[in-house]
Amino acid sequence: MNTTRVDLRKVWVPGLLLIILVLLAALPVRRPGYTVILVGSILVYIVLTVSWVIFSGPTGYISLAPAAFFGVGMYASAVLGMALPLPVVICIGGLASSCLALAVGALTLRLRGIYFAIFTFGLVELIKHLLLWYEINMTGTRGRFVVLVDNNTIYYVMLAILVMTLLAAYLIRRSRYGLALQSIGQDEEAAVHAGINVTALKIVTFGISAVFVGAAGAIWATQLTYIDPYIAFNPLNSFMPVLMAIFGGVGQLYGPILGAAVLAYSREVLITEFPYYYMLLFGIMLVVAILYLPHGLVGLMQKLWLRVSGGQHANT
Amino acid sequence: MPILEGEGVTKHFGGLAAVSRVDFGVGQGEVVGLIGPNGAGKTTLFNLISGALVPKAGSIRFNGENITGLKPHKICRMGVARTFQSVKVFANMPAFENVLLGSLFGCSTGTSSAAATREATDLLEFMGLSAVSAIPAKDLTLGNQKRLEVARALATKPELLLLDELMAGLNHTEVAEAMELVTRIREQGITVFMIEHVMKAIMSVCDRIMVLHHGEKLAEGTPEEIAASKTVIEVYLGE
Amino acid sequence: MVTFLNVVIAGLLLGGLYALIAMGLSLQYGVARVLNISHGEFIMLGGLTTWTLYTAFDINPLVSLVIVGPTTFILGFIIHRTLFKRLLSSSTSPGIFESSSMLASFGLLFMIQNIASIAWGPEIRGYSYLAVPVHLAGAVFSANRLVTLGFATVIGLAFYLFVARTRLGKAIRAAAQDPATAGLMGVNINNVLALCFGFGAAMAGIAGMLISMCYPVHVVMGLEYTIIAIIVVVLGGLGSIPGSFIGGFVLGIIGSVVTYIDPGLSLVAYYLIFILLLLVRPTGIMGK
Repeated sequence: MNTTRVDLRKVWVPGLLLIILVLLAALPVRRPGYTVILVGSILVYIVLTVSWVIFSGPTGYISLAPAAFFGVGMYASAVLGMALPLPVVICIGGLASSCLALAVGALTLRLRGIYFAIFTFGLVELIKHLLLWYEINMTGTRGRFVVLVDNNTIYYVMLAILVMTLLAAYLIRRSRYGLALQSIGQDEEAAVHAGINVTALKIVTFGISAVFVGAAGAIWATQLTYIDPYIAFNPLNSFMPVLMAIFGGVGQLYGPILGAAVLAYSREVLITEFPYYYMLLFGIMLVVAILYLPHGLVGLMQKLWLRVSGGQHANT
Repeated sequence: MPILEGEGVTKHFGGLAAVSRVDFGVGQGEVVGLIGPNGAGKTTLFNLISGALVPKAGSIRFNGENITGLKPHKICRMGVARTFQSVKVFANMPAFENVLLGSLFGCSTGTSSAAATREATDLLEFMGLSAVSAIPAKDLTLGNQKRLEVARALATKPELLLLDELMAGLNHTEVAEAMELVTRIREQGITVFMIEHVMKAIMSVCDRIMVLHHGEKLAEGTPEEIAASKTVIEVYLGE
Repeated sequence: MVTFLNVVIAGLLLGGLYALIAMGLSLQYGVARVLNISHGEFIMLGGLTTWTLYTAFDINPLVSLVIVGPTTFILGFIIHRTLFKRLLSSSTSPGIFESSSMLASFGLLFMIQNIASIAWGPEIRGYSYLAVPVHLAGAVFSANRLVTLGFATVIGLAFYLFVARTRLGKAIRAAAQDPATAGLMGVNINNVLALCFGFGAAMAGIAGMLISMCYPVHVVMGLEYTIIAIIVVVLGGLGSIPGSFIGGFVLGIIGSVVTYIDPGLSLVAYYLIFILLLLVRPTGIMGK
């Protein structure tokens, strides 16, 4: 039974992905305007969530640092956008975030459990307040304008970043290092005594995952036209990926994608339909997901699927 | 030349000496037992050898190379594998992947995926775990989890295997199987250093026994000498 | 010398508030194992409720203590009995409970903040109460800050005595040490945990009441206080109640000194201390 499912997946999953990709690529041609911006913002959240899952999914280290990486990308774009061409700016945004991640990782990845989460959360706030202080006292301004880029370009760049993120996530996951990351999450001490260079693996993976977040921040900033430390280093950008990943289910790669897509879309809808209640509704969704969907949407779907297919097996 | 040598190995926790100026040596191909009352520092000594802890003083050499203070994964790749007192398996991963990780990462020379897969399959068979290879480690019996740990350790192709209370919590049949297992491991040319409380097992399996008490080496000798030693009997029965 | 005293006294006044807030969080984390990110929302609720009671019903802020305290306590108690108790029973390990309860508390944050913004709107609220100057060692402070310090200290000490001396306090300590064994020894563990969560919420509510006497209050004020509470709790050692009490004063004095040098840097300094502390001594000043 197991083998037939794997075979089916080998045909179906790449095919389905290709169709979705073509549809997404065709979107700006077919439905320009608001839809492109909406889908683009969903793509950002998928990038954030999948990159979060690359590191935190298997290892179980809850990182609240995405907002820091995202913000560094945004500021790279604001500072360099005038001087350098867009692709270079995006690369620098990604690399700068990655350097930050490597430094943070080297310093802190020995912190376990809740300490790591608090630390990364503090990091976002530290950068935000340092930057605020710097802007007020040194440059005498708050915030910066970002060079505008047209919506379709933003969309395609985001799509490209998403494809690269997914590719990286997939390759890491199926490599021996994916297995090693998983073992770290299960029992770090045993992993280290099985010959895995746990420290290096964690730091490098953390660094890789930050590249995409920084790149996404760099392109996302161009849509906002103006950023300041509060916008760039908004802690919500850290919580959303965690929430979306858990909502979707971190066991499979498509879980976080699904979770991010569903939640990012409902967030947009809630904001426009119920501007006064959207946080309340969002909070309820979060609590309900944690209480009733321990394995996320994917877990729920698998359960339903098992019930359906289990019925068939009973007959044969 | 002994495969493992320790000289004046010392480790303190707070003010307390957990291991104090212990000298030890394990010869190539030997099975050496490490015994002592609870809290004697046996597991601490294993942690020092395997690199989980760094000694405060003293040196440890493996195959003549100084491994004192090296990172655990390095020591593992040099050929020292270990198991844990309280079983540490990768709970949600299938038994097969538990072993595969050892083959993939535990060797200094590097292993191709295909070779690692083959090795892991062979080892599961050697340990009698082939039937459960697809089952998550957490769903195995304690006995099987312990074998799985040994299999993972063997997958790193060790020259020296540290077994920390392999037989604790096992029933009579399982203890007998574990004893046989130690013999089979030794037949593969792997040196074994084992902490054990099951006296019957340690007396029949080991070539030599070392006794720790309050972090210090109390006695060392053949099983017969240890069984006859007055001081050892006092430590075990006197308290 | 006078400025030095000034700075230290200002730090103590600030520290009293920090200590109270941190003790509440410490109780929720140390015993109930919930790193409650919505802690600051209870502070906000306490502050805004006191504001409404004072401006609309003319109720003395110090009297509203008897309303705010019990209300936030009951709210916290109910939240634990419904949400966290369920989460605890479905979590397979303490580590999983810690992370899932922290995430659930984010959900609470969103919910409480949204409800509060419907009730109170986005305006910044303030009122003047006991804003008379008091001369102290050559420095001038307003009376309401001294009252704040007094209340924070009394509540802190009272709670410490309660935990140290009473039967229920013993049960709380037992539950903090080892929930499973405490349960076996006949401690109704769910009740103790819910009580602690309630006490923590009440401390936040009372802190909010005290804050509203000295500073303006508004719907989104909570997170900043939560972060300060987390910093103090880490400073004092996660789960150590006396540690949080002392840590609050330490951070208050540090904050006051840095504010004296450059007011814009006080939050930066807090985070820097926090980050350095996590790296150098994650167990905190009172931790083992």
